[in-house]
Amino acid sequence: MSLDQPQLDTSPAVSDEVRKTTCYMCACRCGINVHMKDGKVAYIEGNKDHPVNQGVLCAKGSAGIMQHNAPSRLRAPLKRVGPRGSGEFEEISWEEALTMATDWLKPIRENNPEKLAFFTGRDQSQSFTGFWAQGFGTPNFAAHGGFCSVNMAAAGIYTMGGAFWEFGQPDWDHTKLFMLFGVAEDHDSNPIKMGIGKLKKRGARMVGVNPIRTGYNAVADDWVGITPGTDGLFILAMVHCLMKAGKVDLDYLARFTNASVLINQDPKSDQYGLFLRDKDGQPQVIDRNTGQLAAWNGKGVDPDLAGTYRAKGISHRPVFHLMADRYLSDEYAPEAVAERCGIPAERIRALAADLARVAFDEAIELDRPWTDFRGKKHDKMIGRPVSFHAMRGISAHSNGFQTCRALHVLQIILGSVEVPGGMRFKPPYPKPATAHPKPHGKVTPGAALDGPHLGYTHGPEDLLLHDDGSPKRIDKAYTWDNPMSAHGLMHMVISNAHAGDPYKIDTLFMYMANMSWNSSMNTGGVTRMLTDKDENGDYVIPHIIYSDAYSSEMVAYADLILPDTTYLERHDCISLLDRPICEADGVADAIRWPVVEPDRDVRGFQSVLCDLGARLGMPGFVNEDGSQKYQGYADYITNHIRRPGVGPLAGFRNADGSGKGRGDVNPDQIQNYIDNGGFWLEHVPENAAYYKPFNAEYQDWAVKMGFYDAVQPYIFQLYVEPLRKFQAAAEGIGERQPPEHLRERLKVTMDPLPIWYGALEDDQVDLDTYPVHALTQRPMAMYHSWGTQNAWLRQIHGHNPLYVPTKIWEANGFAEGDWAKVSSAHGSIVVPVAHQASLNANTVWTWNAIGKRKGAWALDEGATEATKGFLLNHLIHELLPPKGDGLRWANSDPVTGQAAWFDLRVKIEKSAVPNEAQPAMPAIKSPVGKGPSELEWKVGK
Amino acid sequence: MTQLPPPSAKKLGLVIDLDTCVGCHACVISCKGWNTENYGAPLSDQQAYGANPSGTFLNRVHSYEVQPDQGAAQLIHFPKSCLHCEDAPCVTVCPTGASYKRAEDGIVLVNESDCIGCGLCAWACPYGARELDAKEGVMKKCTLCVDRIYNENLPEEDRQPACVRTCPAGARHFGDLGDENSDVSKLVAERGGFDLMPEQGTKPVNKYLPPRPKDEMPEFDVLAPYLEPIASDGKGFVGWLDKALSALPGGAK
Repeated sequence: MSLDQPQLDTSPAVSDEVRKTTCYMCACRCGINVHMKDGKVAYIEGNKDHPVNQGVLCAKGSAGIMQHNAPSRLRAPLKRVGPRGSGEFEEISWEEALTMATDWLKPIRENNPEKLAFFTGRDQSQSFTGFWAQGFGTPNFAAHGGFCSVNMAAAGIYTMGGAFWEFGQPDWDHTKLFMLFGVAEDHDSNPIKMGIGKLKKRGARMVGVNPIRTGYNAVADDWVGITPGTDGLFILAMVHCLMKAGKVDLDYLARFTNASVLINQDPKSDQYGLFLRDKDGQPQVIDRNTGQLAAWNGKGVDPDLAGTYRAKGISHRPVFHLMADRYLSDEYAPEAVAERCGIPAERIRALAADLARVAFDEAIELDRPWTDFRGKKHDKMIGRPVSFHAMRGISAHSNGFQTCRALHVLQIILGSVEVPGGMRFKPPYPKPATAHPKPHGKVTPGAALDGPHLGYTHGPEDLLLHDDGSPKRIDKAYTWDNPMSAHGLMHMVISNAHAGDPYKIDTLFMYMANMSWNSSMNTGGVTRMLTDKDENGDYVIPHIIYSDAYSSEMVAYADLILPDTTYLERHDCISLLDRPICEADGVADAIRWPVVEPDRDVRGFQSVLCDLGARLGMPGFVNEDGSQKYQGYADYITNHIRRPGVGPLAGFRNADGSGKGRGDVNPDQIQNYIDNGGFWLEHVPENAAYYKPFNAEYQDWAVKMGFYDAVQPYIFQLYVEPLRKFQAAAEGIGERQPPEHLRERLKVTMDPLPIWYGALEDDQVDLDTYPVHALTQRPMAMYHSWGTQNAWLRQIHGHNPLYVPTKIWEANGFAEGDWAKVSSAHGSIVVPVAHQASLNANTVWTWNAIGKRKGAWALDEGATEATKGFLLNHLIHELLPPKGDGLRWANSDPVTGQAAWFDLRVKIEKSAVPNEAQPAMPAIKSPVGKGPSELEWKVGK
Repeated sequence: MTQLPPPSAKKLGLVIDLDTCVGCHACVISCKGWNTENYGAPLSDQQAYGANPSGTFLNRVHSYEVQPDQGAAQLIHFPKSCLHCEDAPCVTVCPTGASYKRAEDGIVLVNESDCIGCGLCAWACPYGARELDAKEGVMKKCTLCVDRIYNENLPEEDRQPACVRTCPAGARHFGDLGDENSDVSKLVAERGGFDLMPEQGTKPVNKYLPPRPKDEMPEFDVLAPYLEPIASDGKGFVGWLDKALSALPGGAK
C-alpha cells in the first residue's frame, strides 16, 4: 500500500454557538460551555473562566448531553389512574394539574397549614422553596440536608461559622499536609480533584482517612483504613497528643477562639457550665494587660488563656483549662483508642506528630498587614499549612455531630482555620450560628409562617414544641429528640406521617427526592407506607404531589406528577441566599438559563410554584390586586427583594448593572449574567482574604457586599454554650425540661466540648451476630439515581457488587462470581460479591444508588441495574430496633437528627446464585416507555 | 500490508500521571462526547438502555489492585487509549491502507472510508486500544483529537485533546515527545516516565508516570520530638501553660 495520507480537515467548525450555563449533573455546580449545532446540544465542556471548575469537567458533566436527551424524561403532567405504586398514569393538561393541586392545597392552607408537608430533595433553590413554604404557612419544610450532611454543616456553623464544601476549602495553593476524611464525591467534586492535582504538582502530602481505599484515597500518600464510626476517637487521640506536647497555637487560641472565655465551675449554680457574662451579655475573659475581667471583644483586650476568676464563692476557669482536663485524660491516649479505631497507636502518634511538624516547623508567612476586630495591627499573616476536608463519611453516623466538632477543634488548636495554608471560608461564609435565623414554626391558618423554617437553636427556648411538649413539625426537628436539627429530617417525614406521630398530614408534596427508592432508609417499608390504606380504604397519606424531570422510582407513588425540565431547559439561580458557589478568594453566584427550549409539555418546578403560589393567594406571590406576582422563576430571580438592596442574585444589580452585592433590581440582570458566562464573581480584597471572622477589612467588605447589615466579628467556639444549655436542662436546670426517656442521652450527647460515643445502633444490635460494618460510596462517574438513565455513564457503573475485604472473603470461601446473603437486624439482601484487599478488614461496601427498580428510568426490565444492582437501603431502618418502651427512636444523630446511614452492622454468608439480586421488587409500569436500543448521537451534519 | 512513514521528528502524544489519576472517568466521557460529534462516524452504543449496554470508547480507565510485600494494598487507576506507537503493528497489518501513521506528527489514524472493518489491526494491537464500531463497522481509535489540536476555530488554549482539557486532577499532559525540551519530555525525565509493555517492541509515544511510593510516612521515633510531653494531665498542662504564656511576646505579667 502507498504512503499517501488522506487529506484531513484539521480545522472543522466546532459549533454554531456556545451557550454558557451551570451544570446540574451533581451538586458541584460547575460552569459549562454548551456547544450548539442546528439549535441542538452538540457537546458540553467546562467553562475556563468559571470559579468552580476553571475549565475542567467530570464524567457526569460531559455526559450531560445524554441526560438532557434521556428517554426517561417525563413529557406532560400525569394523573394517577391505577393504584399507587403501579405506575399507571394518564397525561393531563397543566391547567387540570394545577387546578387539582390547588383544590387539595387551598383548604389545607385555610384550615390546617401543617397538614402540608413540603420537602425538596437535591434542589438548589432552597431559599425560594423555603420562601414559598413560609408563605403557605406550613412548618413542615426542609430540603435533603437531614439525610445528607447536616452534622458537618451544623457542627461547622456552631463551632466556627461554616464547615467545608460550600462553606470552606483547603488553601490548595499553600497547604503542605492535607488530611482527607470520607467524602461523598460531589461534596465537592471537581474542586477536590483540582486541589489534589495542585498538591501533587507541588509535592505536598496527602493523607486519606477512610475505611475504603479508592478514588482520592488511592492517590493519597498515606492511607489510614479506619474502622467506620471511630473517626471522632481518632481525632481526639490526636488532640490528646498535640495538647500533651504543647503543640497548639497559643496566640491564635487566645485571640481568636473562646479558649480564654471564663466558664462557671460551680455545680450548684444555675449558671454552671455557662459563660461568665457582663451586664451587656458579653462573655468575659481576663485581659492580660490589666489582669481584670474584660469583654471578649473589647478594644485592645488581650485575652488570657490561663486567667481564672473567683467571685461570690464561684470559680470560673477558661475553656482551655477544661479542654486540658478532658483531653489529657488517658481515655484519649492513642493506646486507649487504637484497637477500636483499627489504627496502631504508633501510627496515630506519627500522624499527630506530622501535623505538629508541618503546622509549626513549616509555618508560612504572607506579607499582608491586617487589623483585627480589637484594633490590634498584625504586620503579617501567619499560616499553619495543614488542612482538612471531610463530609458524609464522618457525619452520617449517630455520633457524627460530635465527630465533626472534634475535627473542627483539631483544626482550630493547630491554628489552621482561616490562615494561609489551612482551611479557608468562602464568602458569604463565615457566619456564626448567632448570625443565622432561629427556627420558626408558628402556624396561623390562612397566613404565612412566623419566619423562616430552618435555623439554629441556642437553647431549649428555641425548640419547636407545643405547650404540651409535642412537636410542631412532622419530622420532629427542633425537639428534644434532636435539638439542633438545622436541616430538618426528611428521612422521617413519610414514616412519621404514616404513623401519625406526631400527627397525620393531608398532602405530601416533594421535589427531586427519590423517597421510594435510594433516598429512603428501609425502602420496602417506605413503599408500603406510601401505599397503605386506612379502615375506610383511603390512603393513610391521602395526597402525594411530586415533581421530577425523570421517570424515577418515586413517580409511581404519587397521585399527581408535575414534570420538571432538564437542567439545560430551565432558569435557576445558585444564590448567595442559599448554597453559593463562592471560592475562598471571591464571592460568586450563577444562573442556569434555557439554552434549549423544552420539546415536551413540561415546566420548571420553581415557575410552577410561582403559579401555584398565586392561585393560593399566598403573600409574596400575589400583587396587591391579587394577580400573579412572578410570571415565572426568571421573573422572581430578577425582581424578588429579600432585604433592602439584596435579591437572589448579587451581581449586576441596579438598572445599569453596576451594583455588586447590594443594589436595585436590574431588569436585564439575567442577560448580564448570560453575557458574563453564566456567573458573577467579585474578588475578596487581598488583605481581607484570611482571618475573615476577625479581620476588620473583611468585615467591612462583607457589609458592603450585603452578606450582613452590620459588622459581626466573632471568635471560634471551641466550647459551644448552646449545647451546654440543652445539657443543663437535662440535668434539671430551667423551665423547659426534656421528657424523662431522653434525659440521660441528652446529658451525654449535648456535651459542649467534643466527645466520642459509639453508634447508637450498637446498643440495640447484637454485635456478635452482626459484626461487620457496611457502607456505600458515591462513584465519581454517577450521581444518585440520575446516572443510570445515562447511556454513557451506565456503561461505567452498570451494577454494583458488594466489595469484601480479604479476611471475610477467605473466611467465607468466596470465589469470583459468588453471591452472598447480607443481613442486618432489620432485613436481608442477596447480592453479588467482589474481593477488595485495599479495605478495612471489618468493612464491606458498595456503590450508592446504582441499583434500580424494574420499570423505572426507561430502562429495560432486564437491565443489570435491576437484576444485579442492589440497594443497601433495605438493610437500614429509619428507626432503631425497638427497645420495648413503645417509643419510635429515630436512627439519627441525637443532636441534629442526621440520618445515621453509616452505623449499619451486618453479617455475611455465602449464598446460592439467585436469578437476580434480592429483594426483587415487582416492576412498575413505565410512564414513558423504554429507551431506544441503539444510539448514534451526532447532531451536526 | 501498509507501510509506516520514516520516524517523524515531531511525536505528539500523551503523558499520563498514574500518581495523580483518581479514576474519575472524566477523560473517558469527554472523549466519547467529542468523538461522537466529530471525527468520522459517531461512537455508537448498543442496548443503550437495555440489559447489557455496550458501546465504542476510544479511552477507558481500568483499576488494578496491587498488594506490596509489606503494607496495605493499593489501587492504581490506569487510563488506556492508543499510544501512537512508532512501530505501530496496527498500521503494518492493515490490508487496505486505512490505518496509517501521520508523517508530520506521528498520530496514528484510521481513514474510515478505506476501512473494511476486518479487525486485523485490533488483533495486532498489544494494548487493546482499538474498538470496532458495531453500528458503522469501521475501526475507531484515539485520534489525539487531531481535529482539535490544530483547529483554528478553537481558542489556542483549547487546542489540546478533549481528555487533557477536561482532566480535573491534571493527570493528563499533551505535547511533543520528540522534542526533549518540551514540557512533556521534561516531565517524563523528572518523574521516570515509562513505556507500556516495552517488550512488545512497538515503541509507544505515550508515556506513563509511575505512582510515587505510598504509605512511607516516617516511623514515629523520627517524629517523636514533636510530641515530647510537657504535661501528663490537665493540672500539669495548666502549669505549663502559665509558663508558655509568659514566654510569649509581651507575656511577662
